[in-house]
Amino acid sequence: MTTAVQNPRRTPTPRRRRRGRQRNLTLTLLTALMALYTLIPLTWLVINATKTQEGLLDSFGLWFASDKFALWDNIRQTLTYDDGVFLRWLGNTVLYVVVGAGGATLLATLGGYGLAKFDFVGKRAVFATVIGAVAVPGTALAVPTFLMFSKMGLTNTPWSVIIPSLVSPFGLYLMWTFSAQAIPDEMLEAARIDGASEFRTFFRISVPLLGPGIVTVLLFTVVATWNNYFLPLIMLKDPSWYPLTIGLNSWNDQAQTVGGQAVFNLVITGSLLTILPLLAAFLFLQRYWQSGLAAGSVKE
Amino acid sequence: MAVQQVADAPAGLRGRSARHRRSWTGWRFVGPFMAVFALVFLAPIGYSIYLSLYRNRLIGGNSFVGLDNYTQALQDPQFWTGVGRVGLFLVVQVPIMLFIALLVALAIDSGRLYGSAFFRVTIFLPYAVPAVVATLMWGFMYSNQFGLIGNINDALNVKLPEPLSANLALASIGNIVTWEFVGYNMLIFYSALRVVPTSLYESAELDGAGQFRIITAIKLPAIRGALMIATIFSIIGSFQLFSEPIIMRPLARNVFTTDYTPNMYAYSLSFAGQQYNYAATVAIIMGVITMVVAYVVQLRGTREK
Repeated sequence: MTTAVQNPRRTPTPRRRRRGRQRNLTLTLLTALMALYTLIPLTWLVINATKTQEGLLDSFGLWFASDKFALWDNIRQTLTYDDGVFLRWLGNTVLYVVVGAGGATLLATLGGYGLAKFDFVGKRAVFATVIGAVAVPGTALAVPTFLMFSKMGLTNTPWSVIIPSLVSPFGLYLMWTFSAQAIPDEMLEAARIDGASEFRTFFRISVPLLGPGIVTVLLFTVVATWNNYFLPLIMLKDPSWYPLTIGLNSWNDQAQTVGGQAVFNLVITGSLLTILPLLAAFLFLQRYWQSGLAAGSVKE
Repeated sequence: MAVQQVADAPAGLRGRSARHRRSWTGWRFVGPFMAVFALVFLAPIGYSIYLSLYRNRLIGGNSFVGLDNYTQALQDPQFWTGVGRVGLFLVVQVPIMLFIALLVALAIDSGRLYGSAFFRVTIFLPYAVPAVVATLMWGFMYSNQFGLIGNINDALNVKLPEPLSANLALASIGNIVTWEFVGYNMLIFYSALRVVPTSLYESAELDGAGQFRIITAIKLPAIRGALMIATIFSIIGSFQLFSEPIIMRPLARNVFTTDYTPNMYAYSLSFAGQQYNYAATVAIIMGVITMVVAYVVQLRGTREK
């Protein structure tokens, strides 16, 4: 599955070796303990999404409530509570993900390709700046970014969440290594000799070769944007621009406020609905992101 | 950070393509990224340095105070308590998480497991769960009200220690962070192990080396780049600790105070206290501490080669 990017001499051997190994039950059981640890909270979430607010209080956490199977009720309530604000948050999240993560992937692909395949004035400076800036904790930038955006009138608009999401230094790095390995210089030379423009060459020849890398970067930027908490927390005041993460947490906090209604069943069901799309994306696209990771992040 | 690995990797920096096209053409590809990068990385860094040198007073307005904010922060016990807390978190949680991740990666890579593909994907899954959801879930389970701990106490008529009491709160956060990221780190290690040439293991086995010896002498040195990257990412992540404690704050307000971590401190300084200049100073000091620690770890890692 990683043949396009790994050193071709190495790939055939591991397969043969791995198939010939004797399996070990003890080792499997130990690893299964780890998988159990992973799955318990997720199981808890699924089970408790089937309970009413009362059922949550008087039933055992890892088993269903005896009185009522309320999953469908909970989903309906989650989607309609407070005039369907959950759907609004879902829509916002999708907007931030499509424009933010999509844009981040496009910029990282163009940039990574440019760094891998061209020599240009200031390239080393670009390299040094990006690497240096990655070490700066993202949250350290949040306050000044907020103040800057607030002066530009961007806070409390979708742009305040989208623009910072457009930069993924990790994505740039991944596409850089990927472009260097996956696109033979000879192909680019041939296209240039044929008179194709640089951008035509890029879209017609390079993009198809970069497929697995692009999917990987897209998946990781989608996760980063979908799961983003800190940035929208400081940028947005108006609940109608909230993404799901902030919205869910505001439902959870509601129980603490004076006169607020406790809606833990909706928090739990909403959480389940929030993670399902991403879990599905990771499961269905395994082939791509696993090979993309192998190519990029872990070169010796 | 991780400069060594990163600098070695992309062939384009020195490769054959470097010889031709030394021009501005590359900028047409790199330019858009760098423009946004300048806006959301470089400008805020510059702006926070500027902010940290000024102070805003009710009387007298905005005035230049030199390094006064830094002097104040360096003597601020609230700040240092937070730093100590994330420092403790770093030296305990990160090694545990990375060690487990490494064990699982070695187990899956060994080819001796039944259903290794299932384990690989399952253990990675929490990475796709937002920190908010992960913390809400664990927070519910920790709580006495209708959580698992409460259930177990009732069912067995025992009194388990409270996960959100002052003594255990940091460990409880460590558990959430471990749950979220152990699979991600496992996958980084696993991907690195996959590209180790297997001829090395085979000849070692022929020479009579045991599995433990093969792991310590061949596998670990071969994936040191991945180990380093994972360590540095984890260091940065620990120093930035924010979402987990702030989301659990309603469950235990006296434990998760507004200065529980340096990041929470900077956040509450600016958004509850309007002390933007001081918050920027705290953020810069945290950034510098992070970079220094990451750099020292990186140096040690390279020297041990």
